[in-house]
Amino acid sequence: MGIKREKILAQWEDRSDMADVISINDIHRFFVIGNQQFEALKGITFAVAEGEFVAIMGASGSGKSTCMNILGCLDRPTRGRYLLDGTDVGEMSADQLARIRNRKLGFVFQGFNLLPRTSALENVELPLVYAGVTSRERKIRAEAALEKVGLAGKERNHTSQLSGGQQQRVAIARALVNNPSVILADEPTGNLDSRTSDEIMALFTTLNSQGITIIMVTHEHDVAAYAGREITFRDGIIIGDSRRAPASYGE
Amino acid sequence: MDLLQTLKVAFRALRTNKMRSFLTMLGIIIGIAAVIAMMAVGSGAREVISQQIASIGSNIILVLPGSTTSGGLRSGSGGVQTLTSDDAKAIGSELPSVEAAAPSIRSSGQAVYGNMNWSTIIWGTSPEFFDIREWKTGSGRSITRQDNDGASKVCLIGETVAENLFGSSDPIGKTVRLKKIPFTVIGVLERKGQSPQGQDQDDAIYVPIRTAQRKLVGSQFPNTVGSIMVKARSSAQLEQAEEEIKSLLNQRHRIVQGKEPDFSIRNLSEMLAVAEQSSKAMSLLLGAVASISLIVGGIGIMNIMLVSVTERTREIGIRMAIGAARNDILMQFMTEAVLLTLLGGFIGILLGSAGATIVSSFLGWPTLISIASITVAFFFSGAVGIFFGFYPARKAAGLNPIDALRYE
Ligand SMILES: Nc1ncnc2c1ncn2[C@@H]1O[C@H](COP(=O)(O)OP(=O)(O)O)[C@@H](O)[C@H]1O
Ligand SMILES: [Mg+2]
Repeated sequence: MGIKREKILAQWEDRSDMADVISINDIHRFFVIGNQQFEALKGITFAVAEGEFVAIMGASGSGKSTCMNILGCLDRPTRGRYLLDGTDVGEMSADQLARIRNRKLGFVFQGFNLLPRTSALENVELPLVYAGVTSRERKIRAEAALEKVGLAGKERNHTSQLSGGQQQRVAIARALVNNPSVILADEPTGNLDSRTSDEIMALFTTLNSQGITIIMVTHEHDVAAYAGREITFRDGIIIGDSRRAPASYGE
Repeated sequence: MDLLQTLKVAFRALRTNKMRSFLTMLGIIIGIAAVIAMMAVGSGAREVISQQIASIGSNIILVLPGSTTSGGLRSGSGGVQTLTSDDAKAIGSELPSVEAAAPSIRSSGQAVYGNMNWSTIIWGTSPEFFDIREWKTGSGRSITRQDNDGASKVCLIGETVAENLFGSSDPIGKTVRLKKIPFTVIGVLERKGQSPQGQDQDDAIYVPIRTAQRKLVGSQFPNTVGSIMVKARSSAQLEQAEEEIKSLLNQRHRIVQGKEPDFSIRNLSEMLAVAEQSSKAMSLLLGAVASISLIVGGIGIMNIMLVSVTERTREIGIRMAIGAARNDILMQFMTEAVLLTLLGGFIGILLGSAGATIVSSFLGWPTLISIASITVAFFFSGAVGIFFGFYPARKAAGLNPIDALRYE
């Protein structure tokens, strides 16, 4: 059993280096409201390389979430090309997209989006359930993911018995558990106080240092400061894209 | 998503709304209970009817005096008296499709033995009667041709009469008084049980028909009989035999064409068919109750599942966001619906079995809850869940992930 566990964890840690994980080109997204047409994204182009930590900034309503939903394969662009790990996502069926969300992407939401009346462990196991992983392996991997986000010992707690910060950690563990290429986080600290926000950002920084690509939306500059790259949106277009040395945790 | 996990999720969903789940199941419970009761009543009735067919004897035709249109059965005294012993003899000996014919005449009166007396039906009949009815003598001997020709004062008694007059002592050779006339008991008939009309067939005394005609039935027409029982050679020849009897009696009674006959012919299997019909009608009624409540129950389930899908739109969004395929969502909600109906079906099977047991004990029928009927009920409840759960489940599976996630 010990050997099996090591093997499962080793496979989970293994990730081969690749070039651009995400590449979007001239993405447009129209919404129809009544008989009005509204263009939330007016031609977005950028690429994210393996291992990057990107913060997306911008005023409310500038199209950040719309863009993240497209990156997360939860929504489709009206126009434009999206390559994930070199494959064109635009051509894929709904079920293929479900598979991509399950295997390649991990989503962290502002409102946590955990299942109520369900334990932390079961929430983290859920992506593995849909991946068809056996229950024994599910448990091992979910426990390891919870340990990684600092929640060892809280496996049996229901989500209602956890603090906001702890709930967001469960959500991060759930995003991590299927070994994704990219973690997408839409205002992950939006519902947390500043101390808890710092803890969550420290966790993201650690995960990024272990090689996980992270794209995170925020409108707080001190949160964005943890990222090595900052893309700024305004009214559905990119008005800034800058790289810098990230502020490390504890500075 | 594996089945175990799907079942766990479905159970949890049903447990969260216990009362709602139970109320939703109610229609299925009633429907399935009706299905079980229907099948139990149906097969119980069939069982009883086939027992009765066996007790009457097969391929039997009854010839009665008076025409069907002018009143049917002869009713005691005052009815028409048009059939004679000679008609019976002619039917029994002249017709190719007829195996045997036995006349009988009915009278009721007191049977007295010592200080015991018992009021019963006294039949006068010929020896062929017992062959036609396939009715054996349990002890002693049956009525013979000699008894009949000599109008002997002998009698055969049914089990019920034997018990009531003689108790545990042997009746054979004893003398009973029928309407004050002494008769020697020559035999006791085997137990026959209830007739299709619910009468105790063992509560009867049989004497030779000539004896009855002369001593027991005060009639101005000494040769008349109350009815003639005929046995056809086979069930295939029943109709043929009826035709032959009709034309023979028309000829003997000089009934010209177009004139009303003074006799009527009844096929006992037809009478049984009537009994069967009424049990079918009962089954049909229960079947209607079953199908209506299954449909109504199914619609209730569809309704609640639609509510559940709407309530859990966000949960569906979360599941889709982390990788649930449409089929996973479809299966989740289908499982929930089918689990609901199967649980309802299970309770319905228990209730229906209890109900059928009570009803059949009232009617004195055997309780027949077969594995087959339970299987049918089980599959029915599952099918209702699949049929009515499909639309809500498909609605859930067809949700757009982002719309579901943003649903408030
Ligand atoms: N499903 C939708 N239907 C209509 N309009 C939408 C929809 N989603 C977003 N929008 C509009 O698109 C714009 C960008 O929204 P969003 O991407 O959520 O902004 P933010 O940068 O605050 O995350 C907003 O004006 C919003 O009202
Ligand atoms: Mg937003």
